[in-house]
Order: sequence, then structure tokens, then C-alpha cells
Amino acid sequence: MSQLSQRPAFPAVGLAAPHESARLHATGQALYTDDLSARMPGALTAWPVPSPHAHAGIRSMDTSPAMDVPGVVRVLTAADVPGLNDCGIKGDEPLFPSEAMFMGHAVAWVLAEDQDAARAGAAAVVVEWEVLPSIVSITEAIAAGSFQGASRTVRRGDAAAALATADRVLSGVTECSGQEHFYLETQAALATVDEGGQVFVQSSTQHPSEAQEILAHVLARPHHEITVQSLRMGGGFGGKEMQSHGFAAIAAIGTLLTGRPVRVRLNRTLDMTMTGKRHGFHMSWDAGFSDAGELLALKAQLTSDGGWCLDMSEAVMARALCHVDNAYFIPNVEATGRVAKSNVTSQTAFRGFGGPQGMLLVEDILGRAAPLLGLTAEELRSRNFYREGQSTPYGMPVRHASRITTIWEEALERSGFAGRRRDIEAFNAAHPHSKRGLAITPVKFGISFNLVAFNQAGALVHVYKDGSVLVNHGGTEMGQGLHTKMLQVAATALGLPLTAVRLAPTRTDKVPNTSATAASSGADLNGGAVKNACEQILERMAQVAGGMLGVSARDVRFTEGRATALGVAGSGFSFAEVAMKAYLQRVQLWAAGHYRTEGLHWDVESMQGEPFKYFAYGAAVAEVEVDGFTGAYTQRRVDIVHDAGDSLSPMVDIGQIEGGYVQGVGWLTLEDLRWDEGTGPGRGRLLTQSASTYKLPSFSEMPTVFNVHLLQHAEEEGAVYGSKAVGEPPLMLAFAAREALRDAVGAFGPAGRSVTLASPATPEAVFWAVEESRAAAASEA
Amino acid sequence: MNNPDPLADTEPAFTVNGTVRPFGQVSAHTTALDWLRDNGLTGAKEGCAEGECGACAILVAQGDGNGGTSWTAVNSCLVPMASLDGQELVSAEGLGTPEHMHPVQAAMAAAGGSQCGYCTPGFVCSMASEYYRRDRTPAPQGPDGGGGETGPNGFELESLSGNLCRCTGYRPIRDAAYALGPPGNDAMAGRAESPAPAPRNTLLERTDGVFVRATTLPQALALLSGNPEAVLVAGSTDWGVEVNIRARRAPLVIAIDRIPELDAIMATDTEIEIGAAVPLSEIERALGGRVPMLAQLIPQFASRLIRNRASLGGNLGTASPIGDSPPALLALDAQIILASADRERAMPLSEYFTGYRTTVRRADELIKSVRIPLPLDNVNAFHKIAKRRFDDISSVAVAFSLHIEDGVVATARIGLGGVAATPLRARASEDALTGRPWTLETVQRAAAVLGAEGTPLDDHRASARYRSRMLSNALLKLHALNSPSQEAPQ
Repeated sequence: MSQLSQRPAFPAVGLAAPHESARLHATGQALYTDDLSARMPGALTAWPVPSPHAHAGIRSMDTSPAMDVPGVVRVLTAADVPGLNDCGIKGDEPLFPSEAMFMGHAVAWVLAEDQDAARAGAAAVVVEWEVLPSIVSITEAIAAGSFQGASRTVRRGDAAAALATADRVLSGVTECSGQEHFYLETQAALATVDEGGQVFVQSSTQHPSEAQEILAHVLARPHHEITVQSLRMGGGFGGKEMQSHGFAAIAAIGTLLTGRPVRVRLNRTLDMTMTGKRHGFHMSWDAGFSDAGELLALKAQLTSDGGWCLDMSEAVMARALCHVDNAYFIPNVEATGRVAKSNVTSQTAFRGFGGPQGMLLVEDILGRAAPLLGLTAEELRSRNFYREGQSTPYGMPVRHASRITTIWEEALERSGFAGRRRDIEAFNAAHPHSKRGLAITPVKFGISFNLVAFNQAGALVHVYKDGSVLVNHGGTEMGQGLHTKMLQVAATALGLPLTAVRLAPTRTDKVPNTSATAASSGADLNGGAVKNACEQILERMAQVAGGMLGVSARDVRFTEGRATALGVAGSGFSFAEVAMKAYLQRVQLWAAGHYRTEGLHWDVESMQGEPFKYFAYGAAVAEVEVDGFTGAYTQRRVDIVHDAGDSLSPMVDIGQIEGGYVQGVGWLTLEDLRWDEGTGPGRGRLLTQSASTYKLPSFSEMPTVFNVHLLQHAEEEGAVYGSKAVGEPPLMLAFAAREALRDAVGAFGPAGRSVTLASPATPEAVFWAVEESRAAAASEA
Repeated sequence: MNNPDPLADTEPAFTVNGTVRPFGQVSAHTTALDWLRDNGLTGAKEGCAEGECGACAILVAQGDGNGGTSWTAVNSCLVPMASLDGQELVSAEGLGTPEHMHPVQAAMAAAGGSQCGYCTPGFVCSMASEYYRRDRTPAPQGPDGGGGETGPNGFELESLSGNLCRCTGYRPIRDAAYALGPPGNDAMAGRAESPAPAPRNTLLERTDGVFVRATTLPQALALLSGNPEAVLVAGSTDWGVEVNIRARRAPLVIAIDRIPELDAIMATDTEIEIGAAVPLSEIERALGGRVPMLAQLIPQFASRLIRNRASLGGNLGTASPIGDSPPALLALDAQIILASADRERAMPLSEYFTGYRTTVRRADELIKSVRIPLPLDNVNAFHKIAKRRFDDISSVAVAFSLHIEDGVVATARIGLGGVAATPLRARASEDALTGRPWTLETVQRAAAVLGAEGTPLDDHRASARYRSRMLSNALLKLHALNSPSQEAPQ
């Protein structure tokens, strides 16, 4: 056990605590950014002037008609930007573009007394467009050679040579669509300026420090004149890591120019048409197998659709390339990734950050290959698992590789896999028009930011004279339960009950230079920093308590709100009494904590190194039933075993696992982003730009039986109190549902036939796959 | 507009969380959601502004059909403020406080039913509506812990079909709902014992337009005859979307949902007449399973939040080719009753639609009711093909009403949606079935005919090819489900 992972007696970590804001959520009292706007008298509302073309130059723009609309106060254009006209970090993301790069691209913003006036004003702005040629799909981009950023390759062994000698070589193309975040709270910001000219922006953002940095260059001011607060988000999922900054910048420019509070809140249509999504991928591949089912070689070309600007697309691709192996040892790998440039929204971070797309590749290959190799899919998968001592294609040892097998076997056992396989065979034999399918898939997901500098965090912990504790940290709360976990960490580190600790909203003037709350790392990084701050304070308080108890400081124990002497009877002193004494003795009762993840190194050029602190593991078993008449399906039962380390907060972690799974199932089966790829005036229009056309999982997609088990005795030495990150990895458990659909589709056809399945596997896609199965059965007969 | 003054009643006001609140400076198009948020009640959220996500759900006191009140969950983003004049509503803030939570709030908080919390106020309102429903009937639970879609406490999961959560995956919300006890003797349960508020003759004249509530049919028809450009609304579930998403505004909106003739269901031995403005949820409740076609249709029609406001008149008035009620009503051989100030006329629904969202209804007419002739045929089915089972729009919808006697199809009516500019009767397919034995051979031949009916399109919901196949397969599936020699797929 490491110092970091060691838990004291009676820890608050490990308790199944409800979300720290659960009561506020349930009673409608929890406030979100636009709820703050509703409480801000005199706030102006900003509304964008969106491009009606996928790609068009601006010949001229006349904003004066907008000023004639009652209630309109000002129109913001590029001329109003005091500093750099760019709301990204790569310099390719103009806040006010001179050329619209996608349909919906905002070229100006109207400020007005209310939303109706702002919207009418935006509609009144006259823009003369010069329509330019556009690329609106990944296929078009590949054909046109339209790419952006660097192309990278992960390489080990000699894939070409291994393919040449493999017993069986399969080739194919695997495509997957993107995914809309559909956080229930759309992008929102509220900016005010104080008497000293300092800008205060409340932003629904996962990355307040980067918002501050971007506002600084947009406004041409030093960071210390700008404060960004993220109170809480109504969902983020990566969609508010970078995409939020432009809206914060509009609000900030607006407030500086008008002296009034300015709110931006996108409605759903604007949010879906303006903001980036999960990247769709196109992956062509050759895979070589031995007759025994060993995956010997993988050669793949991955292309993502980055949309109109680079955003985080290179990092997303890097993570995709680092996850094409998933849980499987592949001795020879050559996987190259490139980012297409197209005239759609700028695709961005989304839970999994490329990992899901990379893992889809290998899971799709194995799912297709198993029947051809004469193996069940579960047998083919388990034969290729990493074993202890093996390394990933990018040169990182797979620590705790045996957990893959442990979890796999536990999932098979808990789900009653073998018995249900027999039941399903009997069901399928008796039902010509409907078939059931069963599958198990593994997850191995690397934890840490690939960008090494992001793997640090800060915290500021105050102990007041009455013993109450206020915690600030750099992480943001988007529903994932980070604040709940941080309260548990602070209470554990200080030996206090949970009720003694409170959290303050995340602000850049409390903890500076923070990283995005992303990459599942929020609890690992901020937990390390909170623990560090608490331990500094406790060390000083132990000196004081030692004096009070008449023992040496190292024999003082803080447990359940009391300081006692080791091995000495008696009740000791309350935490509050020690705090007051410490104050009187002029001992500092607050501390800034810092944490950096040790042992990471990564060469971005060669794509080699150890970019991850550890891997999170899991496995899911899914059973589906497919209606052969329609292709519609239900998930009858799902069993998950997941490795969250020794969980900091089991209710939170199970919530992340269930929610991630269902979101992953949404991506793989239901959520169907469509752009108009025709040549008419609607070219480049997002066709699914509303909740009525873009369907995310509802109650009807919840598995009827849904069992989630946390792997027990799963301490991770390299993370706070032995826990593991849990935000992203469970999303990829959803491959089990896709593979179960493949299994059911196969049951409509002859045995031993390879089944291809589109992604998303919508009912229509499943229906056509069933038709292929039936056609194969008919031709065999 | 024509002399509206007699309609003016008292200062518009409503009761919010137990307190009477005057409307204040609302526009004629202000939604209930915007009013709540502008007045400090920000629990209800705008997640989609089109009644798809339920983050804006609140409870409204509506008549329960038995002289009492039903706490009915509705999408506040679609409801014009003006239509709530004199009414009572409760938001999540009114259900309970962090210190004194309502049982549904306590259950959600304890179960991990909230993560980001943004959808939670809407969920608790939908859940509270079901919590107070008097006729909850416990359902037997499955052997492996799966309770199906009705809980051991009679809680119908489908009541939450209009609420989306992006965080939890729904399991803890289901568990919270299924663990709810019977309603206690709280103020809301007490309120449900007495009648719901009566409608008011609301008149709201504002710069953006005028909102009028008519409470009698002659009043509505007179208004309409003088103002044929007026927008008629009942539940406003369609008009609300136009207002929010397409920023449409109307000079005059006339609410017709509380007119007795439009708000009643009457049954005789020869027909059932359903008022055009009766909410679909009320139709479902009032008819029980008496019209199997509607009993199949209604749970598949949008979500309960929508059905608590939406009506057949609205669905037929919109005349969308992908509306779900027209195929069912066509198959039932329903008649539509149109009323104007000077006359009333009835016609078969099959003669009502004239083109894409156009009908024979004149601007001075309103849809008064729909008549379903009795007796019903013995095989009724409504097949909806969509990406998502709860609350989605049909790619295609197929309704069958067949009379099968001694193994022969005596009569057949098939209504189709989503395959042409209007809802259709599949006449050629009906002919291919009529008078023939109900055998696989007949069905296969008719299915081929059915697959060629209409002119389906490719769009983001489905390909034309899939739509055509789903027409054919609907008949094949119907036969498989209604033929002793075939296996049932479910």
C-alpha cells in the first residue's frame, strides 16, 4: 500500500453517499448558470447570427437593421474584439470568422433586452454571402484529401510481414458515427464587470482555467483581471471542455462594451448546430490470425472527421490509436491516424475521447472474425487477453493484466452465461421471427491525460476556528459526483464526518492554473490535491493536539471528529477544540494542496511511452432480443463487473457505470447524427438538430434487468485512497450490446457466417443485417 | 378582432405552489416555463423547448373525470401562460424543500436518481403525478427481478417516457419510482378530492398578439368566423413548438380545450364520439380497453407528458403525414365532425386530407369531434416503426382493422402514415385481403401489395426501402401474431 492509497480507520471514502447536491436537485433549488442569469436584473441576452451555408465568405454585413429592432442594444462583430479574435488554443478558431466554415457558424452576435428581441435582431442582420465549395462528410474529405493537423502512427513489430504469413487474414472497413453530447443543460455563460473593471464570468464549463486563458487573449488582459466560475453543469461529457469558451468570450466582450451583465444560453437547436460532437470515424483494416485464433497482426488506417477546426482532434486520435488494442495483446501493430477537415461543427472531446472509436475497431474485427475461425466470440476474445508482463503497442506494461481475466470470469459467473447460452439456443430454435443474442466484451482503458502537463491539480482547504471545513479544488461538477468524492476525501483525510465539510464553487481565483475536469481524472488529480492540503493542515493540528494531549504529535490520531492519543484512554479533544487552540497559538489552519501524477512520459511524435498511470478494467454481458419483422430490439439483461479500484463512493461509481453504459449503447445503437450531404441549398445542414429528430436513450432503452458489480479488493496503489477513475471506461462496456445484436442477427442465418453490422445499429440497420442473414440461410438451403 | 370585451373576466392570475400570482407583464405568447423562470422559480428547465425532454415538467390541477382533481404533469415549455388563467400549478419547488422533501423527491435523492440534476425537477413532477394517480394497480414482478414496465406499487414506467436523463441510465430512477408507497394525506392528495379549477374567459391583449379562451362553442365559432386567421389551440403541444423553435407568433390564438362539446366522450351502441380537445390520456382512461386500436395507439403516441395535453383534434388539425392517430382512425373508419358558425358537417376521415398538411377544413371551421362506428372489427392492430420505442416519431405507422370470420377476411381497412404527403387508406392491399382466407399465402400476396402502397421518402428517420418493407412486414407480423399455426415473436 502506498501513502497515497492507504485508508485510515473509519474513512468517509467508501461510503455509498448520495450526490452532495441531491436534495437541491430534487427540489429544484440547485442553480445552474442560466438560473443565475434569471436572478440578474438588467442582464442582456446574446443571440447569434448563424451562417445558412456550409462554407461561405462574407461579402458584406449590415447590422443596422438589427439596431432598428426594439430592445436591441448592440451587435457584436469582429471589430469589437479588443485582443485576439480566436476562441481556441490552436489559433484556427476565430470567434468572429470572416468566412463561415459550417452551417450554423456564428458570424455576429446581437445583444438585446430579452431573448425575443435578440433573436429578432439576429434575424434582421443582413449578410451577403459568397457560397464556397464544401466538404460535409468523412468520405468526401478522404476523397478530396482534406486533412488537418498531424498524422500519427502507433507501431510495434512488423504488421505487414505478420499479415503475409498469418493463417487467416481478414480485411474490412469499420465506420461509426459521431454522437451529440446532449447534456440537458445547453451551453451557457453570464458575464459581469465590477467597479475595478475586472471581468467575472460564470460559465457552464469543464475547464475554467482555459476559459480564463482564452478570455485573456480575446480581451487582451492578464489572467488576474479575469475570474471564471463554474458553479455546476447540467451535464458535460466533454462537450463543455473547450466548446464553452467562445460563448464565455461573447458574454465577456458584451459586458465590457455595455457595462451590463450579458447572458448567453443556447437553445437546443443552436447548441446542436453550433457545437462539436464525438468524432465519427472511418477505419480500414487488415487483421491476421493464427488458426488457433491468436490475433497476430493489425494494420489500420483511422480517419476521424474533425470538422472545421482542429480543436482537440489530434489528442482524440492519439487516444484512439492507444486503444485499438483494448484488452488484447497484438504483437504486430501498425495503426495510423489522421484527422479530416470538413465543413461541419468542430468535433471535440466526448466521454472516452477517441478510446471508444479505437476499441470499436478491434471489437468489430473480433466479432466479425469469430465465426470464420470456428470459435465463439467469447472464446476468441479471451484467447487474446493481455497476460502479466505484456506491453501495449505503444510500449506501456499492462499492470494488473490478470484483472481482465478475473473480471471476465466473474462476469460470466454472475450472468450465468453458459446456462443462458443454452436457453437462448432453445429459444431461437423455437422462434423463427425473433432471435436472442448474448455477448460478453472487455474494457481496458488508460487513465491520465495524454498531455502530461494536464496531470496536476490544486486545492485550497480552510479549517475555521469552529472546526468547520471549506474545500476548494480545481475540478468542476457536471453530475459525475466529483464534489461528493472530494468531500469524502477531505473528511477522510481530516478524520471528520462528512457533514463537517463543505465545498465552495470552482473558481479560478481560488485555485489557479487548473486542468480540465476530463479524461476521467477529476477525482484522481483533485483528490490527490485535496488530500495533500488536508494533510498539511492536519500535521500542524497534530502538533497542537499533541500539546493538548501531552503526547508527541506523531501519536495523535484524528478520527470521527476527535483528536486522541494513540494507546491512551480518554476521549481527547474535538476537532473544533483543536482548531480553536491552533488559532490561538497562531498556527495556520488553511493550506494549498498540489498533486502531480508521477511516472508519466509520452513522446507524441513516436507515439511511445507510458502515458497512463494505470488501466481501468471491466466486462459486460448483454442479452438482446431482435424482432425479425422490424429489426427492433430490447436489452433483456445486462451484467457488469467493473474495476473502480477500491471505490471512493460506490453509489456515485455505480451511477457512472450505469450511465456510461447506457450512453454508450445510445452511441452504438440509437443516436443517429445525419447531415444533409446533398447538393441543394441545405447542404451541410444538421438534419437531426433537435430532441425530436435526434433520439437519445429513454426509459425504453434501459436494460430490463441491469446488474452492476464493483470489483472487490481492487486497490490501485497509484491513486487517491486506492480508487480508480470511473467517468469514461464504462461507456465502452456498451460494446456488449452491439456484439449481442450481432449474435442475434447471426442466429437468423447459417452458423459460421461472419456478420457485419453498421454503427449505429439502429433498428433499420439491424433489419438489413437480419435480411443478409436470412438471405444466406436461403441460399444455403 | 371582433368585440372581445364580453370575454374579459378578471385580472389574469393563477395559483403557483399554493399562492395566487397575477400574470404581470407577460406577452400573449409567454410560456408557463418562461413565466416561472422569470419569477424566480428556476427549478423547471428548458432542455429542448419542444416537449421532448421533460426538464420543464410541472403539475397542473386538471379534472379527473370523476369530479375530483388529477395532478397532471405537463411540459411547461409548450403551455401558453395565458391558457393557465385561473388554474393551479405546482413546480418542483412547491412539492418540497431540501429540508422537507416530498416523498418522490426523497426517493430520487436517496436512490442516486440525480447526477447532474438538471432533469431532476421535471422527473419529480412526472413522478409525483403518477404517485398521486388513484388507480395505480400493482403488477406481478418477473422471476429474475425484472418488473417489466409496471412496478410492484403499480407505478407505470411509461409515465416517465417524456423525461430524458443523460446521466444515470435510468435504473436508479426506476428503482426510486417502484419503491414509492401509496400517497399519504398531504395537501396535494387532499386537493385532489375537490374539483379542478373551472376555465376562465381569458382575454390577454398584448403587443405580440391576443390570446382568448372560448368556453362555449358558439363563442369559439363566432370568434373564428370573424378571425379566420386565428390559431386554434387545445393542448398547444404543436403550436408551442412553433412558437419556441420557429419563433412563430400569431395575431390571435383561440383556446378551445375547455368547450364542453369538444371536451366530452359519448358512447352509444352504434358509435363512440370523442371530443376533439379531449387529452389523449383522458381518452385512454375513459375508454379503458374498449377500443383496442386506441388502447394500442395511445401508449405509443409521444409521451405521457404530451398526451396529458395533446388531443385528436390537434393531431388531425395539424394533418401531418406522420401523425400517429390518422392511420388508426382511418382503419377504424372514423368520421370527422367540422363545425362552423353556420353549419356542422361530418365526413369520413379518408376524405378529410387533401395534401401535405392541408385538409378540407375551411378557415372558419374547427374540428369538433371524431366518431368511431361500432361494432369494431375483431382484429385490430397498430404498428409503429420508429428508432426508439418510447416517445419517437414514426418512420411509418400501420393500422389494421380486419374482420375475420370462419378463417376468411370479411372486411379489411388499413391506415398508413409516413408513406405519402397525407395519411392514407391502403385500398389495394385491403382488396387483396378482402374475401380471401386468412392464410399465409393470402397475407404474403397482400403484403407485397402493401409494400408498394404510397411513395415513401428517404430521410433521417428511415430509408424509403425500409419504410416499404415495414409496410409489408406489418401485415406479416400481424398474421404471425393472429394465426394459431404461427409462433408469436414476443
